[in-house]
Amino acid sequence: MQILVNDQHHDVTAPTLAALLDELGYDRTARLATALDGSFVAASRRADMPLHEGARIEILAPMQGG
Amino acid sequence: MTLFYGTELSSRLMLGTAQYPSPEILMDAVRRAGAGVVTVSLRREAAGSRAGHAFWELIRTLGVPVLPNTAGCHTAREAVTTAHMAREVFGTDWIKLEVIGESDTLQPDMFALVDAARILVEDGFKVFPYMTEDLVGAERLLRAGCEVLMPWGAPIGSGKGLNNLFGLRALRAHFPDVPMVVDAGIGVPSHAAQAMELGYDAVLINTAVAKAGDPAEMARAFAMAVEAGRMAYVADPMEMRDMAVPSTPVIGQAVL
Repeated sequence: MQILVNDQHHDVTAPTLAALLDELGYDRTARLATALDGSFVAASRRADMPLHEGARIEILAPMQGG
Repeated sequence: MTLFYGTELSSRLMLGTAQYPSPEILMDAVRRAGAGVVTVSLRREAAGSRAGHAFWELIRTLGVPVLPNTAGCHTAREAVTTAHMAREVFGTDWIKLEVIGESDTLQPDMFALVDAARILVEDGFKVFPYMTEDLVGAERLLRAGCEVLMPWGAPIGSGKGLNNLFGLRALRAHFPDVPMVVDAGIGVPSHAAQAMELGYDAVLINTAVAKAGDPAEMARAFAMAVEAGRMAYVADPMEMRDMAVPSTPVIGQAVL
């Protein structure tokens, strides 16, 4: 399945957002926030959030800001 | 005492955390500023990167309340999604709401700002809207449920100080009981003191400290200016006059 993660193309097999984080090698204990197709997906909902062909996923972490 | 959504801050100086030469200098600057709040943000994280984790640990070490922002958002939808992501990551319902409408000045889009604020207040956020000094926009934001306003002094990162003194004075006078923070454009401590002398409740500074030759020393200078400006406001400054008035008594003056 072809998807976009942080604007990068990926070919993945993960059926859900939680599985995608594992497949891509994200640390499960890290402080991350996710969005699917422009909408926020809480950490508690990632395991039940199915992916689809062409899905746009954002994975964000804390950063300096003004 | 000024309460920001029911919370009294330890200082009226809010400090941004971006653009410092190193994490150590950032920490030093926050401590020397005695900052009441630090602003933070979210950015894309690559798999295997520990950058976000390292920054989070730094913030925890500082022990200062955090105010996440929605920097870089150009639509209400982007800002709302970013706010939800920030709430989960930083564990706070405070959000500095930025919706940029013009790229040269980074001027807030007041229409989208009001739309986003209304949604976020309904979602339980405590919204700190980054706005122009527009009186009508301020009224709309308050009606949307904002309990704090953050007008700009000048474009972000410009260091130009308070571009529209009349507008900022009018905003303060129209909403005397609303906690207000001058955010953006402040370049030197005297600008911060001026904002406080106008009766603003706090200032938010980033670039002026981070880009100083000695950020920690500049942070201290800003802290002193904010305190001096606040004291001066509370002490009720004299009215400005166009003509001179002798300060030395004229009664009993010799005629020579």
